[in-house]
Amino acid sequence: MSLVIAEDITKDYRVGEVIVPALRGVSFEIDPASFVSFVGPSGSGKTTLLNLIGCLDTPTHGRMTVAGVDVGALDRKKGAAFRGANIGFIFQDFNLLPVLTAYENIEYPLLMVQNIPAEERRRRVTTLLEAVGMADQAGKRPDQLSGGQKQRVAIARALVTSPKVVLADEPTANLDSKTAHTVVELMKKMRDERQTTFIFSTHDQKLVSEVEIIFRLEDGLLASPRNGEG
Amino acid sequence: MMNLYKIALRNLLRYKRRTLLTASLITVGVVFVLVFVAVSGSFKAMMIGQITDAMLGHIQIHKRGYVASIDNLPLNLNLNAQTAARIDEFLGKQKNIEASSPRLKFGGLFSNFIESTNIRLNGIYPDREFKTVPLLTSRISEGRKTIAKGEILIPALLAKGMKVKVGDSVVIVATNKDGSVNGKQFVVAGIMEGVTGPGGRDGYVHIEDAAEVLRMPELEISEVAVRLKDFDRLQPLAREMEKQLTGEFTKDGKFPLEIHTWEGLSPFANVARMLDIMTFFIKLMLVALVLISVLNVMMMAVYERIREIGTMAAIGTPPGKILMLFMMEGLSLGVLGAIIGGGVGLLILFILNAAHITFNFGQQQGLLLQAYVNPMDFATIAVIVILVSVVASLQPAFKASRMEPIVALRHV
Repeated sequence: MSLVIAEDITKDYRVGEVIVPALRGVSFEIDPASFVSFVGPSGSGKTTLLNLIGCLDTPTHGRMTVAGVDVGALDRKKGAAFRGANIGFIFQDFNLLPVLTAYENIEYPLLMVQNIPAEERRRRVTTLLEAVGMADQAGKRPDQLSGGQKQRVAIARALVTSPKVVLADEPTANLDSKTAHTVVELMKKMRDERQTTFIFSTHDQKLVSEVEIIFRLEDGLLASPRNGEG
Repeated sequence: MMNLYKIALRNLLRYKRRTLLTASLITVGVVFVLVFVAVSGSFKAMMIGQITDAMLGHIQIHKRGYVASIDNLPLNLNLNAQTAARIDEFLGKQKNIEASSPRLKFGGLFSNFIESTNIRLNGIYPDREFKTVPLLTSRISEGRKTIAKGEILIPALLAKGMKVKVGDSVVIVATNKDGSVNGKQFVVAGIMEGVTGPGGRDGYVHIEDAAEVLRMPELEISEVAVRLKDFDRLQPLAREMEKQLTGEFTKDGKFPLEIHTWEGLSPFANVARMLDIMTFFIKLMLVALVLISVLNVMMMAVYERIREIGTMAAIGTPPGKILMLFMMEGLSLGVLGAIIGGGVGLLILFILNAAHITFNFGQQQGLLLQAYVNPMDFATIAVIVILVSVVASLQPAFKASRMEPIVALRHV
């Protein structure tokens, strides 16, 4: 069964008196353990689509089902609980909490969202810190880390709750190409090891080659998916 | 909860200067209120102590109508011997009363054989009077700390004006309630410092001498001063006493007595009330200061951390925890201000007391300022600051918790 099912999704935004269509009837399915990218120019609807999958926004029409749940129908509290249990987020600007160390940032969702016992938290955080190669930087705060290191911590944070889907909006946009490649490789490795579905958006052509399934978006419409070259 | 608190504290430390500034503002407010409460409270307590313990007593019992004419010292409104004895018996049975003292008050002419002037006198049983108003002896600046029959204690201003010293003979002349005049010679046993308030410049003689001057066939009493064991329960005990006396003395539907606490007898009660009102408004200013400064800093914090709030919400932090996080920041600011303010305030009070500052009030000179804040006031001020800090952070915290993650994440 597909992990993500989008059925004829439309999303309109109101800008003043004008209604701007961001998505104009998008349907697709994503299987578990996929490594998927939405590509397209700015304003094509990539981020909107990720927000809808991530239960951060609701479609104007259509139905978005993630892990069997119609995420568009969840209220604020249930939405937060669903995200906490099923979805990991990786942001373009890393969005680490500046007052927490790398270790604490990764631990945060276990502590504040899932209430996992201390021993289990320590085990999971340590495992992930090693997996993303940040074990020796665990005590550093975000302002003491490089962009690539921050994104590694963000990947670990996204994975620590063992989510079904990790959503990454332009995860390499603020990284140099070498670091970007390393980060994508790391995400792939995590997918292979944990069977977590990775869905990310990018308009970086060099990264497109790393992806297995590509959805091309243009003006809010989806072209047919095709396999990546990597 | 501890983890939320840890994050809240770190967020406060992130903006050290702002946190310090806000905490300093709260500190200044707390120090100001503490010092004001301590100084005004000590002044009030000292004055009340002087008035009740050196002059009036805690409660006074008179014949109905006496207090309205108290300036005239009306002899025709005295309590007769039988009523006085019944009151004495009644007071003797009361467990809450430490001592009571009957007084015979009258006005007369004071003569040093060269010149004469008016004087107000209290006829007292020295032992009972000194138990009821124990600071009375401390007012005797010269001479013996008591009086015997045939002796008189005179106020310092009179002694100075009439050039009378301890050991001198003087004459008291008074008119009794029938209009006949009588005189008696006394020896000055002591000279008393005056105190502010009614009766603060009265002289004292033995009550039997007073009755003799006034040619009373049997002893009448102008008032009975009462000292309670627990002054803090003055009002309820006074009400209870009035109730019991009413039950015991009412005859033909008329209650022949009147009972007043010191507040109904001394104009200083109004000063004390004014001090209480001022203290209330000073505390209100502290509330406003804390409210505005914490509200301001928390609103700034929420505005500056919108994307951070968006991130926390996006990864699934429940709205309640986001609310708690910001409220804890406000709470911490309040606690910090209360602790520093309390510490600095106590230090200032310690320095004030160590400096032995004196002041004058009316006739009383060289009163020593002993600023003291009782633990209850201290706790009240701290609780006010902390509670107001929490209340002030409620709106910004609520705003943060209700933020749509998608909107917050888009914020630049």
